[in-house]
Amino acid sequence: MSIEVRIPTILRPYTKDQKSVEAEGATLSAVITNLDSNYAGLGERLLENGALRRFINVYINDEDVRFLGGLEAQIKDGDSITILPAVAGG
Amino acid sequence: MSLEISREFVDAILEQSRAEYPDECCGVILGPAGSGKALRHKPMINAAHSPTFYEFDPKDLLALYREADDNDEEIVIIYHSHTETEAYPSRTDIAYAGEPGAHYVLVSTRKEIAPSTEFRSFRIIDGVVTEEPVTIVG
Repeated sequence: MSIEVRIPTILRPYTKDQKSVEAEGATLSAVITNLDSNYAGLGERLLENGALRRFINVYINDEDVRFLGGLEAQIKDGDSITILPAVAGG
Repeated sequence: MSLEISREFVDAILEQSRAEYPDECCGVILGPAGSGKALRHKPMINAAHSPTFYEFDPKDLLALYREADDNDEEIVIIYHSHTETEAYPSRTDIAYAGEPGAHYVLVSTRKEIAPSTEFRSFRIIDGVVTEEPVTIVG
């Protein structure tokens, strides 16, 4: 099974500038582990102390994963994952 | 490195910052992908509704990037207002800056300088802030 993951500009140095990469996994957690094994360092940019970083938004298709169970969110073949850094500040 | 922006957008951003005072206001200006030209203003809602913080709503954020993709546009400017402090990136602005290609514009409408305002532009890359000159045209 194959999942499309869209990578934001700021993380493309990890993916050799690819805007979108393929990954595998039945949960978001597994997909991130898979991504990190192919694109070393990417996992750490997404996770902090085993949780999704507060200012990284991850969507499965059109839905924010925070409403889908976070790292335990189920992924189906053909789903598309989008990663976007929050636009935020003080 | 410099920013060229039309007078119309500068006025609209300052007007939005006054209208949303005391909360910070925020938004983007888009342009054709790869052009670097700031041509389409899109005010955003500050989901934090706060005088000291701003954040695009995650749903609005996804919609914005989808729209930009569909229109073959890029985000040229990300702006927000500081209502009580100078128009310079705060520690949190620097920590969360996630668009290395964008101009980060800050405006200040703090009362010490009223009725004048500040409008400044920065690059924020890997935690390093570099101010750039702003040319207002039209």
